[in-house]
Amino acid sequence: MSRLSLETPDRIQETVEGLYEDLRRHVLATPPGLCPVDLQLSFLKVCQAQTCGKCVPCRVGLKQLEKLLTDVLEGRGNKETLATIEKTAHNIMDSADCAIGYEAAHMLLVGYESFKEDYESHINGGICCRHQGKGAIPCVAMCPAHVDIPGYITLVGAGRYADAARLIRKDNPFPTACGLICEHPCEVRCRRQMLDAPINIRGLKRMAMDNAPANTVPVPENAPDTGKRVAIVGGGPGGLTAAYYLQLMGHQTVVYEAKAKLGGMLRYGIPNYRFPRVRLQEDIDAILATGVEVHLNTKIGDGAGEISLAQLKADFDAIFIAIGAHQDKKVGIEGEDAEGVISAVQMLREIGDDKLPDFKDKNVVIIGGGNVAMDCTRTSIRLGAKKVTIAYRRRQDDMTALPEEIEGAIAEGAELYGLKSPHSVEKDAEGKVTALWVEPQIIGPIDAWGRARPIRADLPLERIPADIIVVAIGQGIEFKHFEDSGIKIKRGNIDALKTGALADEEGIFAGGDCVTGPATVIKAIAAGKVAASNIDEYLGYHHEITCDVEIPDLPLNDQKPCGRITMHEVEAGVRKHTLEPFECSMTRQEACQEASRCLRCDKFGFATLRGGCQRKW
Amino acid sequence: MVNLTIDGKKVQVPTGTTIMEAADSIGIHIPRLCYLKGINEISACKTCVVEIQGKEKVVTACSTPVAEDIVVYTNSPKVRSVRRMNVELLLSQHDCLCATCVRSGNCSLQTLANDLGIFELPYEREVVDIPWNMDFPLIRDSKKCIKCMRCVQICDKVQDLQIWDVINTSTRTTIGVTGNIDIAKSNCSLCGQCITHCPVSALRARNDVPKVFDILAQPEKVTVVQVAPAVRTAWGDFLGLKPEEFTEGKMVAALKAMGFDYVFDTSFSADMTIMEEASELLERLHEPDKHAWPMFTSCCPGWVSYVTKKYPQFVKNLSTTKSPQQIFGAITKSYFAQAKGLNPEEIFSISIMPCVSKKREAALPTMGRDGIQDVDLVLTTREFARMVRAEHLNIATLPEMEFDNPLGQSTGAGVIFGATGGVMEAALRTAYHALTGEEAPAEAFLPVRGNDQERKVQEITLQGQTVRTCTVSGLANAGRLLEDIQAGRVHYDFVEIMACPGGCVGGGGQPIHDGQELATKRGQELYRLDLARPLHQSHNNLDVQAVYTNYLTKPLSPLAEELLHTDHVKERNYLD
Repeated sequence: MSRLSLETPDRIQETVEGLYEDLRRHVLATPPGLCPVDLQLSFLKVCQAQTCGKCVPCRVGLKQLEKLLTDVLEGRGNKETLATIEKTAHNIMDSADCAIGYEAAHMLLVGYESFKEDYESHINGGICCRHQGKGAIPCVAMCPAHVDIPGYITLVGAGRYADAARLIRKDNPFPTACGLICEHPCEVRCRRQMLDAPINIRGLKRMAMDNAPANTVPVPENAPDTGKRVAIVGGGPGGLTAAYYLQLMGHQTVVYEAKAKLGGMLRYGIPNYRFPRVRLQEDIDAILATGVEVHLNTKIGDGAGEISLAQLKADFDAIFIAIGAHQDKKVGIEGEDAEGVISAVQMLREIGDDKLPDFKDKNVVIIGGGNVAMDCTRTSIRLGAKKVTIAYRRRQDDMTALPEEIEGAIAEGAELYGLKSPHSVEKDAEGKVTALWVEPQIIGPIDAWGRARPIRADLPLERIPADIIVVAIGQGIEFKHFEDSGIKIKRGNIDALKTGALADEEGIFAGGDCVTGPATVIKAIAAGKVAASNIDEYLGYHHEITCDVEIPDLPLNDQKPCGRITMHEVEAGVRKHTLEPFECSMTRQEACQEASRCLRCDKFGFATLRGGCQRKW
Repeated sequence: MVNLTIDGKKVQVPTGTTIMEAADSIGIHIPRLCYLKGINEISACKTCVVEIQGKEKVVTACSTPVAEDIVVYTNSPKVRSVRRMNVELLLSQHDCLCATCVRSGNCSLQTLANDLGIFELPYEREVVDIPWNMDFPLIRDSKKCIKCMRCVQICDKVQDLQIWDVINTSTRTTIGVTGNIDIAKSNCSLCGQCITHCPVSALRARNDVPKVFDILAQPEKVTVVQVAPAVRTAWGDFLGLKPEEFTEGKMVAALKAMGFDYVFDTSFSADMTIMEEASELLERLHEPDKHAWPMFTSCCPGWVSYVTKKYPQFVKNLSTTKSPQQIFGAITKSYFAQAKGLNPEEIFSISIMPCVSKKREAALPTMGRDGIQDVDLVLTTREFARMVRAEHLNIATLPEMEFDNPLGQSTGAGVIFGATGGVMEAALRTAYHALTGEEAPAEAFLPVRGNDQERKVQEITLQGQTVRTCTVSGLANAGRLLEDIQAGRVHYDFVEIMACPGGCVGGGGQPIHDGQELATKRGQELYRLDLARPLHQSHNNLDVQAVYTNYLTKPLSPLAEELLHTDHVKERNYLD
């Protein structure tokens, strides 16, 4: 008789484990725009299935909550129903034995408080205030510029790269930039992950643009000249996007760029190894081919040689402000004024103008955990630094940078010092930086935004030797002249409406980082597109932007699970010595397979009701 | 061209053809419910599923284009099983009370369930009942709705009104009035196209038949019924009759058999409409600076409702002439009452229309005098056909009868009102005569007759003056026209607009034939009747001439203005 035996998972357990994973992916691919109350009811049912049934609040309470939520959804609920839901959830939270019960109730309450209007809509009108149409094609809905993604994926699959470029340009005149460095929010809710993994959408776009470079694909013809003139302040992705579409609509745009070259953060923020300048130029050349007038080294302000906003108002029919966020932020620690302490903005700006700093054999410390911090880190390595250290006050998992950027930096030799909060900068007699002192932290409670907050550890300060310290903790907006000219500023950003218009300034629009704070290139592009359409309306027109590319019929294809193609990279040991790009294009074989994985949500599902993707805007 | 095999038959069709169209072309009918060609190709009901050899999943024939060398089975065991289940699932949410259903015998779901031999369901029936404003002329019965979404599409794509929308999410997804408002407060024009394109009876017109039988049962009421031109092209459809079997004469006889005292023809008042509207046009042309251009026809209440609600800036362009229905009612309760020595209160005025919107028009407070409505009750063609059935009338044994007098005569011009372009042509025939003193040659205005084009544009020269005309049917087409006029892209003098595609013959009150658009065919019947009439110009109608001589004096006289015109702006008709 054996006293003990080893437990091995049986077939059922193994299957269930697989189903957990399937469900996880299924939940992640939930289309945007669904009824959150209905989703909560589904989550509640999962929690119910987990309950052991010992304690009353969990065993009976969750069941009662399910009934109450069902009443709400079926239009049988009233105010008392909502009160009972709230009270019951609170009581379960306070009295359940274990997390199965109290966390179930907690989730319900978080939702209840956050989308109370949905609950109320159901009890008042017996109707849901959500509309499914908005999220019908998840990738298109998630893309801020709403690019026809299923369309261009199909075109790439068919090897029609130039047509793919033309289709993308209907909504986004920076297809190369987005093919190379977009953060691809389109992939987040990709329905394909219900089967296996999201489509590599960015990679397929890159495939199109690598095979049909933007400057080789002619832009559409401009509409007849309207005689209207629009000033664009800032030659970054937002400004140039607006300029491109306004030109197509027949308006004459004039771009004022403070720096020596166009591109904004695409040039002055993103390093060459991620987005080569020559590739950026391809997009810019195509945009300029529409006849945009450009004034470089021209700042909008009231200083010498600058043009004031008042002057622009007098000279133009409309103005679009897209100045980006190019002002560095300080950490605010002792010794920050030491020589050798530079900002990420300053470092990347100089590199953008082809002035490479001398980091050879130096100890470089980067402060920050975002994508810009990773750009500085990986650039420093490429500039020959002896050692590059990232000092970050939280953990690696808490960094806002993309995981592949962090992993890439580490692979190239960066040291990541997590839980080290900058304390002070040590300098020598000449005022040159010698080290960064940091306060060790432990990770602590989770704040209201769901991020774990670091708290001071009971440990002594630590010294990180440094010849150069790069501060990469975010950027601000240079709004002084605009504020002085009467533009409303809200929490450091220009206060624009969702239409891009300014509430109190007729004919002035704003968008991009200067309105949202530092964000992504695709958001800036979307802002430029929105502004262009509303400026056109403001000028009294209703031009439509369309694309005549016909998208091929779907091949008849039973969809079977299939792995996601990932991008090849030059190995870390080689790429770390050069500022040249390291990501490789897909092969044609890879691109065809990847494109064939697309489930074409524009053709299957709710989107068919409105004829698939929007063909014009 | 693509070659494929369907159920063992080889077929060659152009690239891009759907499997369903390919099958149709060789006489293989694939069952379908939600599909509506060009309007609703969303593969939602999944009853048109077919199997393609070598593929695991079935595909919907309505949305899948053909591919070279595929082998399609429309009735394989897998197809049979899937199709049957999907119909069973639809039935599980449908109340299936066929005996008391207005579409019984003309319901695509009923037919499909019967065809497939579904007599019991493996699923529990769960029917959603959403309350509805039953006084409104358009009724939605959620218990019948199969969420095919045709109503959403027809309203959006053909009528540009977006009254219907998909509401709620997940398993509670259904159809409702956009914005969840009371339909009476919406922009609904009551064109009824959603009704005639509903495959079941989720949408229907309010049933006013019992009220008519109540009136017919009261001997002290003098019942006067008028029948619109388009009705005669379709009323016998449901009785299983061939067009040559349900003639105008049989229609009069059927109404007489039901007990109506006077049976008149709305074509008569269409002739009167022309007298007024053509005079109005000539008056406007005489003083072009005093008026907004173009002048729009006003005989279609769906169109008047649409323009009032969506483009109020164009209301001043509407002709002030009332619609033929209302003119008939007004003349009945004045001239006719006088002639017969009756009090207007003694007369109950009924109209039979191919239209749902007429039910609302008749009830508008502005459509009457001294608190007496011009028309007391409106029936659709479908309601009339149901009355024939309820009365067990055998059409074959009824005699051919003439319309009554003195409002019984009508010319071909009045008859063609029921087809798109008809009002325009009738008006031009009379305007031509007014300006030249001669009758226009028969073929003079053939080009204004509606056809498949979105707009029918024609310049007519009358006495050296050029009148630019445009004819449009369907409200989305109308909306595009108004946008173009507003933007100055097009310029017309006289524009005829009908809310329903093809005009009244395609009206929302006409008999329903799922999947078929019959307006063109019915319109041809009206043109045939025009040819068969001895008179073709409204001004030659002797009964109309008598009304003017004995009563109104002349078109646009003060009495004519009082009885036969309405100010769409001042009265804000259709907004309530």
